[in-house]
This record gives sequence, structure tokens and C-alpha cells, in this order.
Amino acid sequence: MSAAVAHPAYDYRTVRHFAMMAVVWGIFGMAVGVLIAAQLVWPDLLASEWTHFGRLRPLHTNAVIFAFGGCALFATSYYVVQRTCHTTLAFQNLARFTFWGWNLVIVLAAITLPLGFTTTHEYAELEWPIDILIAVVWISYAIVFFGTIAQRNTSHIYVANWFFGAFILVIAILHIVNSVQFPVSFTKSYYVWSGAMDAMIQWWYAHNAVGFFLTAGFLGMMYYFVPKQAGRPVYSYRLSIVHFWALIATYMWAGAHHLHYSALPDWAQSVGMVMSIVLLAPSWGGMINGVMTLSGAWHKLRTDPILRFLVVSLSFYGMSTFEGPMMSIKTVNALSHNTDWTIGHVHSGALGWVAMVAIGSLYHLIPKVLGIAQMHSTRLINLHFWLATIGTVLYIAAMWVNGIMQGLMWRAVNSDGTLTYSFVDSLEASYPGYIVRVIGGAFFLLGMCIMLYNVYLTTNDAKQQDTIRDTSEPEPALA
Amino acid sequence: MTYYDWLGVLSVVMLTMFIAIGWWAYSPKNKTRFDDAANSILENDPVDKAHGDKH
Repeated sequence: MSAAVAHPAYDYRTVRHFAMMAVVWGIFGMAVGVLIAAQLVWPDLLASEWTHFGRLRPLHTNAVIFAFGGCALFATSYYVVQRTCHTTLAFQNLARFTFWGWNLVIVLAAITLPLGFTTTHEYAELEWPIDILIAVVWISYAIVFFGTIAQRNTSHIYVANWFFGAFILVIAILHIVNSVQFPVSFTKSYYVWSGAMDAMIQWWYAHNAVGFFLTAGFLGMMYYFVPKQAGRPVYSYRLSIVHFWALIATYMWAGAHHLHYSALPDWAQSVGMVMSIVLLAPSWGGMINGVMTLSGAWHKLRTDPILRFLVVSLSFYGMSTFEGPMMSIKTVNALSHNTDWTIGHVHSGALGWVAMVAIGSLYHLIPKVLGIAQMHSTRLINLHFWLATIGTVLYIAAMWVNGIMQGLMWRAVNSDGTLTYSFVDSLEASYPGYIVRVIGGAFFLLGMCIMLYNVYLTTNDAKQQDTIRDTSEPEPALA
Repeated sequence: MTYYDWLGVLSVVMLTMFIAIGWWAYSPKNKTRFDDAANSILENDPVDKAHGDKH
């Protein structure tokens, strides 16, 4: 359609920067992941005081969650809120600050974590000065996002923005409460919380980081990019409303399932278990809503690898949100806890759901913010899709086998009550699974490198056609 | 009323709110409104209309 219709000049510069850095940080974080997976097979590999497993593991988790996932969330939320509210980004200089501030946080993490500066709270390892910087950046993010919604030119706030909004709000609360610390020096602090209370607050934080950072935020992507890429409205908008309220009300209570059989009061463990099982309903409601959006458009999957990324991500989302509630059942958890099953579960969500929906969304978004019709190579997107899918399946299948085997070996007892296997026996039995995991992770990483190459070629196309603008061009009708 | 009584009241309030949201979302009079919202990102996107979705 070429009819002249006025539209606001959207701010694409910050979106483009975040989208590019999402790809770069994705490669960095996943490369560290492959390295530490390899260290579990060959313990001496590149091991030094600063690069042993214990120092690099938090660097991997922080890089993939907050650097890759975070940049993808900033890029897509800034893009979606403008496109659905028909208005440009509010406080554009503050938006630029969120880009530089967030990337500074990531660089500081990459320096301080290998040096051993850590609060020891999982997924919240960064020390207090960086925590303050995160809080400042995040509050700026909230001001930009909600400011954009406040100046919208539409009467309705599209559902994707509800999910992005909840994600931004809840992460601010989680980060600030879980970072209440006494600094004793510039690089060392102690938490105000202690004992079982500290553990409960930590897992309230960490599970809701999964629930809001890695779920609600990425569901915001799903509710915009799946309908856009499929060219069909979401299957049931009414279901999306129930999905939103049920999901945010339930996730808050599920964190205690990380503390089964611990010093946490038994009733609190049971509440965590029950609420985790209840979570299955909203999770599957959202998953079905996304998948059914394709009804009548399934044939597009044959030719569109971007849509394939998005739909397969929903399949993994459905799988891991079924597995999670099952693992939260105390008797199942007695087998799975502290085994590689947990790592498999996390990666079925992290690679299969989070990374795939982000990659699909970025492939949709990047050409648009570069001002051209499509990515340079659809064949390379297709190749990326298969590497990512095969890599994820190899990874999670290896960890399932390892985890269940470890759980069974650790609990096996002889007739006289002694343990049948030592821990080292179970470790030796886990080696084949660890090798398969390195291969799976390497497949996924290779896919990301191909994505970077494709993004480079696409940017070159845009440069040759001279289409890169800091804002989407106002329509000629206005001129 | 003890703290635990208030927790019970809170549970009833939360359940009532959830049922009310479900009823509001699925009430027939809101159907058109929500269908329009679902279609809005496809049919009413000014950039798509202006540029044939190139940008």
C-alpha cells in the first residue's frame, strides 16, 4: 500500500543500538557458557585464578540473562511501545542514557566477576556500586517506557505493553529489595537479610527474575511479533487479558520451590509448590494463545524461518512450563534437586524459549530499524534456526539423562543402609552427557555467529541503499 | 481481627478480583472492543500503511 498516511517519526536509533548489542552480548555470554561447559569435561581448559568455573559461571548467567536478554528486551519494548502507541519515544536522551548505562553495567560485570567481587546471591552477584547504577538505569527505563505510554495517540494500551510494563515495574522492586546491603568497602558488602529470611528473599527475587524478566518481558515480544510475523491478530485477545493477570498474580508466590527440604518453614515450601502447579494454567493459556495465532497460517512455516523461530520458542515455553511445575512437586524435587535436570530445565526455557523468541523478534525488527525490507539472507536464518533447535535438543536431552541418573545414583542404598555409589561415581557416569552438552552449546553459539554475520550483511545493504535513519521518516504527505 | 484473618480476607478479595477480570474480559459487550485491539497492530499501524511495511 502506498497511500500517504501521516505517522510519527519513531526513534529507531536506541532500538537499533540495543538490537545490535543483543546479538554481540549473546555471542559473548554463550561463548562463556560453552567454555564452562567444556571445563566440566576438561577441568584444566583455560583455567586460571580469574577464569575457573566458579568465577566464569556467574559471568555466563549475567551475560546471557542481563546482557543478551536485557538488550533484546530494551530493543523490543522501545520498538513495540512506539509502534503500538503511535507515538515517538518519550525522553529520548534518557533512552540513550539507558543504552550506555546498561552496557556500562555489563562491562563492569565482565571485569568484576572474574576478579572475584561478588555478593554471592545467585543472579544478583554484582557488588553494591553496580547495583546502584542498575537501579538508576532501570528507573530511567521505567520513565521512558511509561512516559511513552502516557503520551500515546491510541485509546487502548495493546497487551504487549502490559507485559513489558509489569516486567519493568517488578524488576525494579525485586532488584531494590534484594540489594539492601551494608557496604563495608567499595567492593564488598553484606546483606541486611540473614538466614532463612535471606534465602527466601533471594529466591523470591530469583524466581521472579525468571517470571518477569525471562517470562513476562518475552511474552510482551510474543504478543507483538508473533501476530506481526504471521500477519494475523492474536488468537484470543480476551484470553491474553486473563493470561496477564493470572500470570503476574501467581508467579509472585512460587519462589519457595527452590528451597524444598531446607530450613524454610514447611508451610512456605508447600505454598511455593502449590502456586507453582497453579502456574501451569496461565503459562499454557499464553502458550496456546500464541500457537493458535497461527491457525489458518500454518503454511507460512514452510517458507518463513523467522516465524519458525517464534513458534518453536512457544513449544519450548510450553514444555518448560510443564516441566517446572512438575519439578516443584516435593517428591519429584527430592530426585531432581541439585542434579543436572535443573540445568536442563533452565536451558529448555533459556535457549528454547527466551533465546529463540528473542532471535525471531530481532530478525523481524532489525531490517525495519535499518529501513529496509528484510534480512540479507533468509537461508542463513534458516540455517540458524536448525542449529539453534538441534543445539537446544542436544543440550536438554543430555541434562535430563544426567540429572535423572544422578538423582537415582545419589539415593541408591545397599541392603545394609550404606550408599551404593560415591559422588565421584555419579560424576564419572555424567561425562558422556557433559560432552553432548558442549556439542549442543557449540551448535547454538555457531547459530548466533551466523546471525551476527547476517546482521552485518543486512547493515551493509542498508548502508548501500542509504536507508539508515535515526527516526522513521515522516510521511511525504506531511512535507 | 488478627493478621491471619486479614490474610483470609485478602484471599477472598484476590479471588473475587480474578473472577471479575475474567467476567469483564469475556462479557459479550466487550467482544468488539477487544477484537479491535487485537487487529489494531495489523490494520491501524501508520507505518505499515505509509510504507507498505518496509520500515
